Amino acid sequence: MISQIFILSSKGDHLIYKDFRGEAGSDAVTVFYEKVTALPGDQPPVVMSHGDLHFVHVRQGGLYCVATTAADSSPFTVIEFLNRLMALIKDYCGSLSEKSVRMNFALIYELLDEVVDYGYIQTTSSDVLKNFIQTEAVSSKPFSLFDLSNVGLFGAETQQSKVAPSSAATRPILSSRGEQGGKSEIFVDVIERLCVVIGSNGVVMKADVEGEIRVKCYMPSCSEMRIGLNEEFSIGKSQLRGYGAAVRVDECSFHQAVRLDEFDSHRILRVCPSQGEQTVMQYQLSDDLPSAPPFRLFPTVERDVGGRLLLYLKLRCDLPPKRSVLLQDATTTHTPLCQELSSPDQSAELQPHSRAVVWQIPRFPGGTQLSALFKLEVPGLSSASMLEVGPVGLSFELPKVTATGLQIRFLRLSPVQPGASQRWVRYVTHSDSYTIRI
Amino acid sequence: MPYLGSEDMVRELRRALSNPNVQSDHLRYRNTILKVVRAMSQGVDVSGLFSEMVKACATVDVVQKKLVYVFLCSYASLNPELSLLVINTLRKDCQDPNPMVRSLALRNMTNLRLPSLVEYVEQPLTAGLRDRAACVRRVAVLGWAKLHKLQASSDIDAAVVNELYSLLRDPDPVVMVNCLRALEEILKEEGGVAINKPIAHHLLNRLKECDVWGQCEVLKILERYRPQSEDELFDILSLLDPSLLSPHPPVMAATLSLFLSLCSGLPAASLSALERVRGPLLAACGSASREMRFTALCHIQLLLRSLPGLMGAHYKRFFCGYAEPAYIKQRKMQLLVELVNDENVALVLDELKGYCTDVNTDTAQAAISAIGRIGRSYSDRCLEILTGLLGLKQEHITSAVVQTVRDLVWVCPQCSEAVCLALEGCEETVQDSQGRQALLWLLGVYGERVSSAPYVLEVFIDGLRSEVSPGVKMELLTATMRLFLCRPAETQDMLGRLLHYCIEEETDMCVRDQALFYYRLLHCGIEETRKVLQGRRSDPSLGVLIGRPAEPVNQWARSFNTLEPLKQSAAETESTSGGSPEPVTSVPRPNTDLSLSSLSPSPVDKVHTGSENSTLRLESSADFLASGDGVPLSLSLSPALSPEEFERLWLQRQGLHAERGALEKAEEEDYVCMEEHVHCPAPPRCSPQSLQAALQLVNVQTLAFTPPQTLPWRVYLYTHTRNTHRSTLILGELLYTGEERVKKVDGGDADQAVMEGAVDEPAKEAEGEGRGEEGVKVTLKQQPRDDTALKGFLSILATVLHTLSSERA
Repeated sequence: MISQIFILSSKGDHLIYKDFRGEAGSDAVTVFYEKVTALPGDQPPVVMSHGDLHFVHVRQGGLYCVATTAADSSPFTVIEFLNRLMALIKDYCGSLSEKSVRMNFALIYELLDEVVDYGYIQTTSSDVLKNFIQTEAVSSKPFSLFDLSNVGLFGAETQQSKVAPSSAATRPILSSRGEQGGKSEIFVDVIERLCVVIGSNGVVMKADVEGEIRVKCYMPSCSEMRIGLNEEFSIGKSQLRGYGAAVRVDECSFHQAVRLDEFDSHRILRVCPSQGEQTVMQYQLSDDLPSAPPFRLFPTVERDVGGRLLLYLKLRCDLPPKRSVLLQDATTTHTPLCQELSSPDQSAELQPHSRAVVWQIPRFPGGTQLSALFKLEVPGLSSASMLEVGPVGLSFELPKVTATGLQIRFLRLSPVQPGASQRWVRYVTHSDSYTIRI
Repeated sequence: MPYLGSEDMVRELRRALSNPNVQSDHLRYRNTILKVVRAMSQGVDVSGLFSEMVKACATVDVVQKKLVYVFLCSYASLNPELSLLVINTLRKDCQDPNPMVRSLALRNMTNLRLPSLVEYVEQPLTAGLRDRAACVRRVAVLGWAKLHKLQASSDIDAAVVNELYSLLRDPDPVVMVNCLRALEEILKEEGGVAINKPIAHHLLNRLKECDVWGQCEVLKILERYRPQSEDELFDILSLLDPSLLSPHPPVMAATLSLFLSLCSGLPAASLSALERVRGPLLAACGSASREMRFTALCHIQLLLRSLPGLMGAHYKRFFCGYAEPAYIKQRKMQLLVELVNDENVALVLDELKGYCTDVNTDTAQAAISAIGRIGRSYSDRCLEILTGLLGLKQEHITSAVVQTVRDLVWVCPQCSEAVCLALEGCEETVQDSQGRQALLWLLGVYGERVSSAPYVLEVFIDGLRSEVSPGVKMELLTATMRLFLCRPAETQDMLGRLLHYCIEEETDMCVRDQALFYYRLLHCGIEETRKVLQGRRSDPSLGVLIGRPAEPVNQWARSFNTLEPLKQSAAETESTSGGSPEPVTSVPRPNTDLSLSSLSPSPVDKVHTGSENSTLRLESSADFLASGDGVPLSLSLSPALSPEEFERLWLQRQGLHAERGALEKAEEEDYVCMEEHVHCPAPPRCSPQSLQAALQLVNVQTLAFTPPQTLPWRVYLYTHTRNTHRSTLILGELLYTGEERVKKVDGGDADQAVMEGAVDEPAKEAEGEGRGEEGVKVTLKQQPRDDTALKGFLSILATVLHTLSSERA
């Protein structure tokens, strides 16, 4: 049971406030924000209480989405609901940011009205909601040079036009009534999150993958979709299928709407996607990656004659060539630095408040190696403080790569859609946490 | 838009709203209303526009209607009279052919929250219950709950309640769930909606039709249902079993909660349910949403209380991610501490060591204290890490290390050597008062082994005037006093200065009183002082068992799937950040020394020695157990007793005796203490783990033990006896001194046997025979007195010890 829901910007501006039960006053918003600001750091605990008021919040896109509830309500339900609400807002407004919430507040109020009544969750299915929601989304589309780059010289089609622009999947689901109408598209994303710890001796201490197949559907109607996975896909340790390199996961769960009659024999998922985004399948793999982790680091930490700390990092990308990644890299240490980087388009800066050096690498082709040398002035440098350097945390995005090797063989819609429908399959591996100890 | 003061803005908006040109152009009209609602949600007071907005309500544009309703529902309570005007429009909308308009009108009619409008609302609500469209019925059902809240005093018509009950069979699952919710609120005083067998089975059968939220609601309400037969219970359980593995954490949690409440009498079934949810819970721990991760972690902590081995193999899942927020990291560390075992300890410590230099000081300190907790069972490795951290000379790290070491030394006195070596030089780095208190405590207690101790204290005493924390001053007094006892020559002068300052100039009463107390104590003589200040030390040969006893599921099942587990952390950190591990010595407790090698001879009820007697006893106890003698006796572990509590009770009893003397013993009714010799050679040699396991089988909890080789060998344990009419608490000590009766040859044998382990079976047997004469001295303390229960317990204990020794042979 939810008493109030409000959305605050990170600066504490009231964006949305809805009181469902009239039990707590509207000063709850102020109380919440005071509690947040009173805490050191920017990571307030998920549950906070003030007298009888219990605040549960999730933080996404720089926004606090807060629900006030009673003490005995289920945290799983409330948090899952808030996450779902944010996903709905994202579906309907196109993206989730302070700006989009500000511009679409009427739509969000309308959404809240249908989703929750008297504090009880009614429905969060976008199939049901689309019948009720009347307000059009106002989407803010930033002017982007990328859109122009799709048009070749004299309007000829370029290579890139075969790839959907990354903004394609960030538009409101209902804008089909508007000028963009008729463009029916479906996106199937295989998203994996890597969680790796590599010890100082280069040994992989832990490697986990959390993956999911996410379908984002912009089709007005779609009766059934068949998603074919690798034939040799296997679950658990015992069963191995096929002859090739097996694609294996430890555990796997499916959305309740997925029909699995062909899964055991042919590894085919049958889904009737509803509009908007939904996760069709989730899977995990721990400690047994089919390939080596994508990045290796060879660090050297020294003290030079002038009492400065020398940090020499050599980073190698072990992916097959022609793959490039976006990378950002952070090391924990102290103050002023000078730097030598191996290529001009990289940048590095020292962030004093988090005592970290951040090394940004815009593109990192597979099979290559980059290096950087940081010289840090550390007041009172002793041999012991060398121990304090590290760990190195990498955050990156690997497009077109899955760590488990999961692939989508085919994507069929039945019945065949009239008109031009476009199907996109995208693979991406994110770093959830990629830590290398020094 | 130029900035306008709220009054200007309201005036501007009012002009626009009443402009007939705007009103005729519905797009412009809608935009103006949009502006009003935007101003409202930004916190501008636009209540003055109420009458204009009421007019705007009468429109065919649904979007505009919705916007106006958002406004009206917020301000209706301020304008009850004007709200009456809206009712007409709303009632007309309730007749609209479009079901969406009908449900909208009905919902907002009830959302106005005006008691004066109740009479107008009842009729449309009744009609709404029988509407063709499900969406109208959904709204109408909840509408009755809202109505009930508005006028709680007057009862809602019984006919309505009956109608709601009948709507439980509505084809739309949301209507069904809403009926449950509404009835739950309306019938709150009668204990909520009545769940009888037909209703429960109806709900279970329709569970599949509901969405995630509906399922959670139904599962929660079903927790009140008690199946009438075992068969029915198991039918329900097997029906719900697939939901335990649901990919949606809310459903999984609600199902488990229902399982636990249904199986409250079947511990085995609840434990196997916990095993089942391991997979989904671990998946939730890796969820993309960090709030969900946190929730799952907190609930895993709950589960571990009953099944400490549940996550053993998955400890790597609880390694912290680089960018995770501090609250998740701290929970994960708490979990890692509980998952440590012989195989993974090296990896876990290595991981925790990495967190000690975290940028976030709270995280770093949590990591250090986590290492300290692990140090209770793996002290050598942890001390190595902790002393290594001191080398970093970081203020917050050193302070946390010193505090951790202080707590560790109290539990594991064998580490004191290493700690004393590491303490040198810390005083320059530690700045905060908590850390300095810990340092002073350590210097006081181990002053004789830290060569620089007097000089460190002198620095503190010289800087006393600028010291602000009374805690540090009090700790300094105690530390200097203690140091004075072992190194008087170096300390005498500074002690004098310290006492003088604290008595003459100090303004804080606590500090002054303590100084006065010590001053007077010194007048009583040095022996007296020593008795007070050095009375309590922990026994270096005793180690606290780290493995927490597995709690019964029922102890935490009620807080499962509530906000409770997510909030605990605050309370925990408060309790751990306390001061010294011992009470400040201003409450001196002479004669309270657990480590005295011979416990002060307590009055003895009866002492049986010799094998004959004890075998006789054993036979009778076997009878006792088998036939029951008409007095059924059961042992239980709850409520659990903490080591501290045990120590307090044990010593309290001892103190009592010292005062009263043995003669009065007989008159004491509520308390009994007895000593007994049990013939049993093996326990001193069996591993503490197997002894603990064996005793836990019969619900006896061991709290502390000496390592197997050492003599005297000692185990402390407790249990609760449950009789038909009363229950008692039994505290016990097993003592095996082995000195007087062990022949020289046997002693040699014993060492050999220990070294050779299990290989040398015959030798051990011979040794067992050689020891036929001796026994384990059992001291039991019971409260309140119940002789039969005590005898029963003793026989159970003897049986366990014998089983263990026979297994070893």
